[in-house]
Amino acid sequence: MTLMTRVVELRAMQYRRTFRASIFSSFLNPVLFLLAMGVGLGTYVDQSGTATQALGGLSYLQFLAPGLLAATAMQAAAFESTFPIIGGLSWQKTFHAMYATPVSARDIVVGNLAWIAIRLTSIAAIFTIVMALFGAAASPLILLAIPAAVLTGMAFATPIMAFTATQRTMEKFNAVFRFGITPLFLFSGTFFPISNLPDAIEPVAWLSPLWHGVELSRRLALGTIGEDPVQALVHVAILVAIVAVGTWFAYRTVESRLVLG
Amino acid sequence: MTVQPSSPDSALIHARGLTKLFGDFVAVDGIDFDVAVGESFGFLGPNGAGKTSTMRMIGCVSPITDGTLQVLGHDPRTDGPMIRGRIGVVPQQDTLDTELTVRENLLIYGRYFGLSRAECGRRADELLEFAQLTERAGDQVEPLSGGMKRRLTIARALINEPDLLLLDEPTTGLDPQARHLLWDRLYRLKQRGVTLVLTTHYMDEAEQLCDRLVVMDKAKIVAEGSPRQLIAQYATKEVTELRFPVGVQETLNGQLDGLAERIELLPDRVLLYADDGEAAVAAAHARGLQPETVLVRRSSLEDVFLRLTGRSLVE
Repeated sequence: MTLMTRVVELRAMQYRRTFRASIFSSFLNPVLFLLAMGVGLGTYVDQSGTATQALGGLSYLQFLAPGLLAATAMQAAAFESTFPIIGGLSWQKTFHAMYATPVSARDIVVGNLAWIAIRLTSIAAIFTIVMALFGAAASPLILLAIPAAVLTGMAFATPIMAFTATQRTMEKFNAVFRFGITPLFLFSGTFFPISNLPDAIEPVAWLSPLWHGVELSRRLALGTIGEDPVQALVHVAILVAIVAVGTWFAYRTVESRLVLG
Repeated sequence: MTVQPSSPDSALIHARGLTKLFGDFVAVDGIDFDVAVGESFGFLGPNGAGKTSTMRMIGCVSPITDGTLQVLGHDPRTDGPMIRGRIGVVPQQDTLDTELTVRENLLIYGRYFGLSRAECGRRADELLEFAQLTERAGDQVEPLSGGMKRRLTIARALINEPDLLLLDEPTTGLDPQARHLLWDRLYRLKQRGVTLVLTTHYMDEAEQLCDRLVVMDKAKIVAEGSPRQLIAQYATKEVTELRFPVGVQETLNGQLDGLAERIELLPDRVLLYADDGEAAVAAAHARGLQPETVLVRRSSLEDVFLRLTGRSLVE
């Protein structure tokens, strides 16, 4: 029997209090973004011939929405792997209370990651529904963009959780968001194709886990994934590798934090 | 519980040369002790003496650096999760979940021990009753008083019906009334045969709750016995406290010599260790000493500690 499920149970019990508000904002967020940027800004973009050409003949809404799906998963993952984790390890110390029972450090890490994956799945699923309502879903393959977005989010959640476990205060979280999450959000091909970046910088996008996620999610939503299956597999492999390494590090740092008290 | 200790030794906890290092810092320096079934055992000592480090090793959350440790007949290094399944832990700091209600805190904790939801519910209701928190069952944790939170933490530690309950400074920071209520609850557990191991820096707590205790100082055990034995061995029957007007104590020099078996000069008062306190007072007056206040009292573990280490327990 694995006690990892009991960790998930705790997180679900905690979540029950904010369930309604959370589901509502999961709807509201894509609605606002797709309205303002996809439809509002998109109307201007779509009038420009050069822009339409750069987007490969897509409307801006179609281009933007799947990228935003992956980016939203990243942001939610970053939040979920900082505050609730430092809360359990340093503020309320509920993970230490758990660790005094048969629940192991591994259960605590895997259980929390499983919970984050569940949260990301619901956020991505709601986002996808909103996309479909906006007419931004070009292919039924968009359903696979949900796991792609979750995978993207987990590529952030795992290393950030490893980092969080080394912190006793939230001081450095601002830096994570300001110098990590926000620049990636803006420059990973979410809002404009990376081919628009200066040529020297363009390859740097390969280093952004989000770019791999955006590419995957976009090609799935548009149904063009089959055009370059090898590249799609490379994207998946890179994200999976980050999750694997991140999980290992998270296990190491969370365990040493629990042992230290 | 059906799991039997693997060693023939009847000790619930058995430690020899138990050591804990953090880098170069020696937190616990080769201590020996045994705790028997049904016993109430205390670690008495000032902050930083190594009490909490010892408790965390017994609780199988902090690996031992050296020596031997057996808890419930098993080795924490190999059987940690199994041992943790049979002990209850009340940490120094309440680690309650403030996002959950009082009852939910108990329910989820039972789930960590693999109990069914129905069983968790049954035990939670029983324990709420025991902790006198039934009326607060559906409330959030945050508005509870310090004493209530402490009782909830103890109730939580009992959800797996442990063979051994570890309490790290159970009443630190509580007002006297809350402390007495808590002592009463702990006393009931003791009556039921639960083995208690606690740390404290309050001698009255140790005297109230412990059948036997060890005094720790600077990572070592400096004395061991029942409260009564320790007092008999390291203190006199009575202690006379003399308090002089400000500035006078420094001028007494040799005037106190021979008034008692032993004399302890504290910053604010003088302690005379003599079996007959009144006689010591009379002798002091006969020498023309004029203390502002005089108190004759029974000696306590505080005096034992002072004798052993030359310092007060609680600064």
